[in-house]
Amino acid sequence: MTARKSVRLDLADLRADLDAIAGWIQPGERVLDLGCGDGLLLRRLMDEKQVIGYGIEKDPAGVLACLKSGVNVIQVNLERGLAGFEDGAFDHVIMSLSLQMIQNTVGLLKELLRVGHEAVVSFPNFGYYTHRQAILKGRMPVSESLPYQWFDTPNVRFFTIADFESLCQEQGIAILETIALDNGARVTEDINFLADTAIYRLGRP
Amino acid sequence: MNDVLPGSVGLVRPQTFHCAVPLPLKSGAVLPEFTLVYETYGTLNADASNAVLVCHALSGNHHVAGYTDAADQEGTLGWWDNLVGPGKPLDTNKFFVVGVNNLGGCYGSSGPNTVNQKTGKLYGADFPVVTVEDWVDAQARLADHLGVASWAAVVGGSLGGMQALQWTLSYPARLQHAVVIASAPTLTAQNIAFNEVARQAILTDPEFYGGHYYEQGVVPARGLKLARMLGHITYLSDDQMAEKFGRSLKDGALKYSYETDFQIESYLRYQGEKFSGYFDANTYLLTTKALDYFDPAVSTGGNLDAALAGAQADFLVVAFTTDWRFSPERSREIMTALVHNGRRVSYAEIDSVHGHDSFLMDDAQYHAVLRTYFEEVVL
Repeated sequence: MTARKSVRLDLADLRADLDAIAGWIQPGERVLDLGCGDGLLLRRLMDEKQVIGYGIEKDPAGVLACLKSGVNVIQVNLERGLAGFEDGAFDHVIMSLSLQMIQNTVGLLKELLRVGHEAVVSFPNFGYYTHRQAILKGRMPVSESLPYQWFDTPNVRFFTIADFESLCQEQGIAILETIALDNGARVTEDINFLADTAIYRLGRP
Repeated sequence: MNDVLPGSVGLVRPQTFHCAVPLPLKSGAVLPEFTLVYETYGTLNADASNAVLVCHALSGNHHVAGYTDAADQEGTLGWWDNLVGPGKPLDTNKFFVVGVNNLGGCYGSSGPNTVNQKTGKLYGADFPVVTVEDWVDAQARLADHLGVASWAAVVGGSLGGMQALQWTLSYPARLQHAVVIASAPTLTAQNIAFNEVARQAILTDPEFYGGHYYEQGVVPARGLKLARMLGHITYLSDDQMAEKFGRSLKDGALKYSYETDFQIESYLRYQGEKFSGYFDANTYLLTTKALDYFDPAVSTGGNLDAALAGAQADFLVVAFTTDWRFSPERSREIMTALVHNGRRVSYAEIDSVHGHDSFLMDDAQYHAVLRTYFEEVVL
């Protein structure tokens, strides 16, 4: 999961994503950021919100980048879950733009809400209208929010906003707040069609 | 000075610290006085804020870096010379680094092979059993002597990592950073079991004489050799052994006898032989006991979170994927306990084929992690 470090994601989306997440974090909280990349978000939360923050990153270069920025980094593989962390150890567990790179989606979502009182999850929306157009034309979508070719994508799960909300309902996960974005700008209507990125604040069942 | 190895601290000389103030030990015994042998590298800065203590593991000593014989530089290098030196990850241009031989050691610090001032004879088996806590207490006396009120960092691998961890509990205000490498919050039953077999090899050697073998003019070399052979197996990974030795034969053909058939046998015998020629059996016994006894959570009913609650240092915890003697799981226990206490901690899990011995190797990612961490240490 190299997530935010190496991807060619649109910067406007990335900034908007991080802005939205930062807005949900209260000063002094304990925060765990899964797939933290180079620690950009945590560094910001440490500086702006004085959080006690930890990032999980398995990529060796990401680990070094975090250490260089003075961000606490923990090098473990998320596919193994968050074993060892006690229930409710964090106020917020964040997973920014990397849920689609994890095989064990349901298991990890449960882990997020076990170790965190709340979770913040963002992901690229495969239901975005340009993605649908690409499929109609017979090609897999490639866009600013899905910058990869089908043969080199780190993404292993392909889902839309509607898919995600349906899974939350099925698993009894409470959707506390939603922010939908199109090229970094807020979208409020027909978000499964018009938003390229969605950010959720999730609560325990 | 073109004879100096690149990046080396150069020729070093051990120093001696004698402490006449009695040291109470965890066992209840008291050492009336003691001596520690140590080396230093780099220069202590004006406000003594750049001192780093390097703690050694089972068979290590105070000679961490540089060489002790200018005519044989490569042959007399310190055991962690690849880490410590000018421009190296633990940079002696920035830090004042201290290596110390622990109490009970056999390299000049007070131990079984030194003279008991009370009797005028070598301590032998009468040297008291010392613990990680006792070592740290003695190291704190050395810190006082050096004028170091607070270490910038205390660093150690394996048993050395346990000392770094213990520092944060015994003297929480006296260090800024603890670097705990290839270590564990306690030994597992399997680990104690290995130690016990090693001890039995020594204790049942006919030349052990209850630990008073010095007086007999002999050493329990066979026991010590066996102990080392066993230990050595556990420091390497299965894969690495397969790759390095496989089933290759020493002399090209099976001998159908109990001579050495396989290369691995020859290698282990050589390592055991070599070790028994320079290490002290009583020190080996005592040090394995210190390992077995270490358990900071014993006073909190096994709750490591509670045990580490008093720590104030920032931590770097490092583990190696193929280390099965001090597995990554055990390092993660330390890491999660520190997270639960809201301490600053980073944890690196290094992909390495070298098993427990990895912590002594100069793996690129491992050293990059240490270099970056030490660079960020603010003095």
